[in-house]
Formats: sequence, structure tokens, C-alpha cells
Amino acid sequence: MTDAAHALRPDNYLNVDYRPRSWLLTTDHKRIGILYLLSLTFFFFVGGAFAVLMRLELLTPQGDLVQPETYNKLFTMHGIVMVFFFLVPSIPAVFGNFLLPLMIGARDVAFPRLNLASWYIFMLGGLFTLGSVITGGVDTGWTFYTPLSSLSGTQVTTAATGIFIMGFSSILTGINFIVTTHKMRAPGLTWMRLPLFVWSLYATAIILVLGTPALTMALTLVGLERIFGIGIFNPAMGGDPLLFQHLFWFYSHPAVYVMILPGMGVESELITCFARRRPFGYSFIAGASLAIAVLGFLVWGHHMFVSGQSAYAGMIFSLLSFLVAIPSGVKVFAWAGTLFRGAISYETPMLYAFGFIGLFTIGGLTGLFLASMAVDVHVHDTYFVVAHFHYIMVGGMVMAYLGAMHFWWPKMTGRLYPEGWARLSALIVFIGFNLTFFPQFVLGYLGMPRRYHAYPAEFQVLHVLSSAGASILGVGYLLPLVYFLWSLKYGKRAGANPWNAAGLEWQTPSPPPPHNFTETPVVTEEPYGYPVEQRG
Amino acid sequence: MSDTRAGVAFPFDDPLQQREAATLGMWIFLAAELIFFGGAFVCYAAAGYVHGADFARASNRTTLPLGATNTAVLLTSSWTMALAVHSAHAGRRRTLLGFLLLTAALGALFLALKGTEYVEDFHQGLLPGRDFRGSGVERLFFSFYFVMTGIHALHLVIGIALLLALAAIAWRGRRPLPMMNVFENCGLYWHFVDIVWIFLFPLLYLRGRHV
Amino acid sequence: MDSDLPLFPPQASTLAPDVDALFFFIATVVVVFAALVFTLVIVFAVRYRRRSAGASGAAVQPNYWLEAAWIGIPLALCLVMFAWGARLYFRQVRPPADVLDVYVLGRQWMWKLQHGEGPSEINELHVPVGRPVRLTMTSQDVIHSFFVPAFRLKMDVVPGRYVNAWFQGTRTGQYHLFCAEYCGTKHSGMIGRVIVMEPADYERWLAGGTSGPGLAAAGERLFQSLGCATCHAEGQSRGPTLANLFGRSITLRDGSTVVADEAYVRESILDPAARLVAGFEPVMPSYRAQVNEEDLIKLVAYLKTLTAPPETRSVK
Repeated sequence: MTDAAHALRPDNYLNVDYRPRSWLLTTDHKRIGILYLLSLTFFFFVGGAFAVLMRLELLTPQGDLVQPETYNKLFTMHGIVMVFFFLVPSIPAVFGNFLLPLMIGARDVAFPRLNLASWYIFMLGGLFTLGSVITGGVDTGWTFYTPLSSLSGTQVTTAATGIFIMGFSSILTGINFIVTTHKMRAPGLTWMRLPLFVWSLYATAIILVLGTPALTMALTLVGLERIFGIGIFNPAMGGDPLLFQHLFWFYSHPAVYVMILPGMGVESELITCFARRRPFGYSFIAGASLAIAVLGFLVWGHHMFVSGQSAYAGMIFSLLSFLVAIPSGVKVFAWAGTLFRGAISYETPMLYAFGFIGLFTIGGLTGLFLASMAVDVHVHDTYFVVAHFHYIMVGGMVMAYLGAMHFWWPKMTGRLYPEGWARLSALIVFIGFNLTFFPQFVLGYLGMPRRYHAYPAEFQVLHVLSSAGASILGVGYLLPLVYFLWSLKYGKRAGANPWNAAGLEWQTPSPPPPHNFTETPVVTEEPYGYPVEQRG
Repeated sequence: MSDTRAGVAFPFDDPLQQREAATLGMWIFLAAELIFFGGAFVCYAAAGYVHGADFARASNRTTLPLGATNTAVLLTSSWTMALAVHSAHAGRRRTLLGFLLLTAALGALFLALKGTEYVEDFHQGLLPGRDFRGSGVERLFFSFYFVMTGIHALHLVIGIALLLALAAIAWRGRRPLPMMNVFENCGLYWHFVDIVWIFLFPLLYLRGRHV
Repeated sequence: MDSDLPLFPPQASTLAPDVDALFFFIATVVVVFAALVFTLVIVFAVRYRRRSAGASGAAVQPNYWLEAAWIGIPLALCLVMFAWGARLYFRQVRPPADVLDVYVLGRQWMWKLQHGEGPSEINELHVPVGRPVRLTMTSQDVIHSFFVPAFRLKMDVVPGRYVNAWFQGTRTGQYHLFCAEYCGTKHSGMIGRVIVMEPADYERWLAGGTSGPGLAAAGERLFQSLGCATCHAEGQSRGPTLANLFGRSITLRDGSTVVADEAYVRESILDPAARLVAGFEPVMPSYRAQVNEEDLIKLVAYLKTLTAPPETRSVK
């Protein structure tokens, strides 16, 4: 069949119906994934714009680009938008939604209408948050510590409402993924035959369901404190500001595992495909995902070593924080073990996978400094912490997100992206990222505090390096936006399995038909069925 | 090109799968609710640990008879809810409808009693605003009291709305069989809201009453 | 603070070298493991590159010894890092005896530092080298954090309670003081310096300072003007004696005991019924409306000097 005729036949989830209402009222998990892709791309660049302005201000030691209040709003909004409206949903909402049913041989998630509701709730939350930006911004930091957030004159309640609403989107997505994984697997697809990406989504969903409500309550109480002056966090009324920190971090620490586990799941898919090898230690990787989810709930106090928490409680949190590093190490070594005796090619998704391993390893290892109480006393609330979490979230998660984008783009759109430009962008991102964030480790240990827009002159050289890196990084992020859009019209058409990858999602056409499979697949083999080469 | 299997919602293959999925979903949702309420309970416990004597004194200013009556009302409503689910299983539409409405009525009674209690509290100057009559820590106690009972009441309102929606379905007699899980899951939610109250009541009303 | 491109903060306190030693140990672990991972990945990526189009990887053999090794070795290292860090942390939060007391009040957006011996400073702290200094800190509004990188010292300063921190300067010089907990508009401006001086210079600085009553003297004036002497002076039995209060173990009405420290004294002034002394009635009113955090610091400083029950005096 000719290309043109192929394109005209309504046979995939994209072209089955072009009317706007078929998108806005869709219950097809693939379309919902695309809706999230569009919204998240928007929020990513909004959050990125705030970062650009911040790094511009930080080029000079004086606060000379924006007013102090403005800078405070910039870093607050950067944090809120990036954390809640990009990173937390990111891979689960886009790739989880698109791929979970495909990977388990189902026609959709367990609750398709709830899935659509999740997206609308997310958008409503985003609207409130953007509303808070437009009506003056918030300046409390994304962490909303009391009593400052109770007292601040900025749009705290509006922003908190936006995040509160978005939390429901997280919880509903989590419920959907857990039930889908339990109940909708194709015949023969036992738990130990699931792709590791599904395991990571499952662990993530557990955290979303059990962690987010703590944030919901924390924000509710801050909102009530602001509106009614109830005083739960107000020492003058017998309240305790530290209660907020406990409640907030009880969610926000597990949230960082929400922001990395799916990336680790993507990593397992990419490495196995491009090394053409089964994963080393499949059960250990799956178990490590669950271990991270469980242990992640027990370490929140490591954000509070100097906040007035008891030293004995701090000790317990410190020990557990070291323990939670171990499963991540298991995964990194397992990925290296998968590369061993593989047959490796270097397409763009694999380049991002390499970047992920390297940068996540650095970011994760620098967590050891923070888990150690005595060192954390020095580096807490400095740029050291900023560097640490950006290495994991940007060097790790965003790279995994881009890797996932390139890997599954052909499946989602039926088009191939331009490989040369993509590899160049990956390189630019890697270089730009390291230049931006490595100097921040040095800055942090020197004592440069977080959330400062003016600083002592001797820190300037390091800040200039960091800002230079940020400009390079920005280019690296803009290029994919351009060439992905270009590929939609001019990219080569992709077949069902351009990567020769294992996995049920590659058994469907690209793009897949509306209900994924014409016949429910029956699984009889272990996952990652890459043909095995016998080496003499 | 419809892909729905007979008698079940998309994307399920058979009624049992649909039922199990919905029930599992409700249990997970209740776990999330547990954490949500748990956050408030933990803050209350922490504040109560620091201000033991003052919280006991403040607790004595709650209206015990109304609170106790409400506890009885809600426990009874859980019983009628269980009877409603039982009727659904037995296929008896009219008793199902009756028990659903009775449960909703008991829930509404709870809200009415709560409302009068709030009004009474207002007259006694217990609303934690500028006109609060009492010490700063007592005001903190009543902040917790209104926040926690208020959020509970909100959940009760949602529960009543659910019951009325189910009553409408029962009345119009649509295929009850595949929807069994809907009544069960609503029952789960209702029992959860009841259990939250069973913890709220002693923690808020009975502190230090034995003294 | 000399070079244009400092890469490491100065070590100016007794604990700074210890913190740095742990830092370098962890850094070694980090570098070794990062290098290991990087090397493995790069070597494998090159050595096992796909040489022909349809080639595949070799079969995967599970290797439980390897799994055990890369769980066990990191675990052992983690336990070492944990124990080392915890022990050092306890030294960081437990001041030695014979300290110089300094009271710190953080507020948006400045630091007020009051020496127990009298002078008060804004955004600057003069201390003698070689002497441990204990900071008793509170905030007047939101949470701040007292951070001196050169001392590897940081402690959040929280409204409504006292927190303690301590350091002992080992090198004379001037060191950055930062607020490290975001506290609003001028958070970046809430900075200052700690000036460590030779003991002789410090004495000279003390003597030549702004004249006026020291902290304790100001506290005594407050003690009298607020009427504390009515119940707590010589010959009164309405209130417990305040002589030699600090460090004493007090038995409370509910049977428990508490060691009297700055936080207990502050609480007893603001909320007397919270931890009432055994044998006394709850008749002391709360002074929350009459004293601010600065007054509390003065009262605390005064009570520390009491070795005999105070007398009642009239105050002009």
C-alpha cells in the first residue's frame, strides 16, 4: 500500500477521529498520554524560563537584574512548576499512560474515564498555579515552610490550591496503575515476566497513593492557617512550625523517588534493547524498585537534621537514608552487568541511557554526603544540595525522559526523528548539564546558601560557569522541540519495531490501533527475549 | 467496531475482573484517605503531647451529649449500610432502596446534629477566631477540632451524595448484577468515614473526662 | 576570603577539620564508585559494541555472589559513614563546659547578637580565639538559620523556642555569616561576619564597647520592674527560689524531672503552668504580653548570675 493510502486509512489511535471533542473526551490511554505530553512540555518550558532568569541574575554578585521579591518568586515558581507540574507526572503520565496497557497486553487501563479525569484535574491544578504566577507570584520557596508561608503576602493560597488539586491527579493515576497491573495482565504474563518499566511504574504508583495525601493535608493546614489563622504551626499560639516540615517532607521525600523510579524503569528498557541482552539480575532490579518505594517513606527526617529535630531521631533517619542508597546501587551495577557481553549500538536513546547512568550515579552518590549528619550540617541549604538534586532529577530523570521520548516516539507517532540532530542534542545536553551543575557542588561546600540572588564576590567565577552551562543546556532542550515537531510532517515513517526491541508494545503497528491488540496476546516466554549469541 | 464484551464495561473481559478491579481500587483509595486523615491525627497527637493538660481542659468544653449521640447515629448508619449491601446481594431492590435512603438520612441527621453543635460552639465563643473565649492553647485545640470534624463532615457529605446517586440507580432498576461492586465499594467508603469518626470522638471529646 | 576563585572554605574551628575529614572519606568513596561505574560503562560500551547488524548479547547467567558483593560492600561502607557522621554530629551539638554565652536573635532580616558579658552587635560577632562559644538562639518571626561555613556550623533558628549551637574558633580572621533558611525578601541580605580575635584584642574590644548596662544588668532591671521579685525574692515562698537555677534538676508537679536550662526558664515565663514545680500552686501569670524575645534573653542572662535569692528593690 502506498504511503498516502496508508495515511488516509483510519487505522490508528491518532487518525481514527480528528475532531477536537474526540481528543477532549477521549478515554484512550494513548491519547491521554499525548495530552499529558503537550501539557508537560508547556510546563517544562515555563519552569525552564524561570530558571533562565535566575541564572542570568546570578551572573553578577549584586542583585541587579530583578528585584529581590521577583527573584524569590522566580525560584519558588521554578520549583513548584518543575516538581509538581513536570517531574512528578512526567514519565508516568506520558509513557506510563501510553505504554502500560500495551506492555501488559491490555486494551486500556482499568479505569479509562478516571484516567481522563486525572488529566483534567491536572490541568485545573496547573491553571490555578499559573493563576498564582499571573496574579503576582509566590515567594515562599516550593517548600512552603511555616511560619513564612502563613505570613507571606503573596499568592500562597492560590498556588497551594493548584498543587492540592494536582495531588488528586497523582492519586487517581496511582490507583489506576496499581489496579491495571494487578488485574489487566494478559494470560501468561506473570509478575516475574513483566517488563522492568512496569515494575518501576508499580512502585511509583504505590508512593503516589500513599505519599500524596500527606502533602494534601499539609497544604490544607497551611491554607486554613492563612485564611482562618488556626495556629497549628504558629508558636505564638502554642503551635509548632516543625510539624509542617514533618508533614511536608513525609510526602516530598518519597516524591523524589516518584521522580526517579520511572526513569530507572526506562533505563532498564533502553539498555536491554540497545545492548540486545536480557537484564542482569531481573528479580533484583524489580525488588530494588519496591525496596526504594518502601524505604523512601522512612527517611524524611534527613531534611531536618539542623531544624531542631532530636539528635536521636536524626540518627535513625541518617541510617535509613544510607540504606535506601543500596537498592539504587544494585540497579546501577545491574545495568552495567547488562552491558557486559552485550552487543551495543549507539542510537540516541542509548546515548541518553549512558548519560543517565553516569549522572544518576554521581547524583545518587552525592546523596551520601547529605545522609551523613555531620557533613549535612555544613552543606544543608547550600548549593551542594541544589547540585545533588539536579544531578538526579535533571541529569537522571530528564535524560531518561528524553531517552524515552526518542525510543518510543516512532511507536507513538509512527515517525522517525532525525538521528544526527538527536545525537548532537544529547551531547549538548550532557555537556551543558555538567557545566551548569558541577560547579554548584564546589559553591555549596564553600558555603554559598540556596535561594540567594546576591552573593559574596568570590563566588562569582563558579556562578558564571554555571550560567554558561545553563545556556548550553537550554539549547540542548530546544533542539528536540524543533526536530520532533519537524518529524511529525517530514520524518521517515516508522515500522512496528524500528529498534527490533522485545516487548509487547512493539508487536503492534506504529502508531497502534485504538484498542491496541486485535487479539489478546498470550505470553509464554520470559521478557526481553533477545536472541542469544553463543560465544565460542 | 465496539470492543466491549457483553455485560461489562470496557476494558474488562468478564464481570469478575471488573468487580475485583473496582474493589481493589476502592481499597487503595481508602489507604490514601487513611494517610490524609492520618496527617491531621499526627499533628493533633504531637500538639496534644506538648499541651496535655490544656488540651484536656479544652476537650471538656466540647458538647459531649451531641458527640455521643452522633457516634450512635453513625454506627447505626454503618449497620443500615451493611443491610443495604446485603439487600443488593440478595437482589431485593426495594429494601436496598430503603436502606440506602435510611443510611443517607442517618448521615444527614449526623450533619444536622453537628451543625447545631457548631452553632452552640459559636455561641460559647469556641470558634478559633478573634472572639475566642479561652487561652491560646485552648484555641489551638479548637482549631484542630473544627478542622478535623469539618473535613470529616465534608467526607460525609460526599458519602451522602454517593448514597443518593446509588438510590437513584436502585430505583430505576438498572441491571444490578454487574454493579454489585458499586454498592460494596460505597459501603467500604461509608464504613471508613464511620471509622474515622470512631477515632475522632474519643480523641476530641473524651480527653481528660475521666478526671 | 582572599583569592578570586576559592575552591574550599577555610578551616577556622575545632570541628572544621573533623567535618572535612569525613567529607574527604565520603568523597573518596564517591569518586571510587563513580570511577568504577564510569569505567565499566565506557569499557563495556566500546568492547561490546555491536559488530554486525543482527548480533545479540550473550546469555545472562545470574551471579548471586556478585549481587551479594555489590550489596554487602556498599552496605559496609554506608555503615561506616553513618557511624562516623553520627558520632561527629553528637560532638557538633553538645557544647563543652566553660563556654562563652552569646544570645542570638534572628529576625527579618538581621542578626542581633548579645554577649552574656554585655555588648550587643548587629550582624557581627566578635569572639576570642581558642574559647568555646555557645549560641542560644531564637527567632522573632520566621525560621532562619545561623550558618558560618568556616566553622562548618549551621543551626536553624526557630520562633517560639531556643536552640543551641557551639563552636570554638581556631584561627583569627573574619568569616562569613549567612542566613541559610529562606526567610523572605531580604534573605540574601541577612549576612554578616564572625570576627575571631586574639584574646588580648578581644578584651580590648569588650572594654571599649558601647557603654550601657550589660545583658544581666538589663535583666535585673526587668526582673524588678515586672514584679518578679514579689514571688521570687528573698523571703518569699509563693514562687520557687531562683538561686543557682541553671543546671539544677527540678522535680515537677506531675512527678517528672527537668534540668533547668534557658528553654525551661523561657517557657516558665511565657507559659508558667506548662511545667510547674512540685509543691507550688499555679498562680504565676503568663508574661507573654509583657516581654519580647530580647527581654527574655536579658532575664535569662540575669538569672544565670544569681547565686543567692534576689532582693526586692524599687525601680525608678
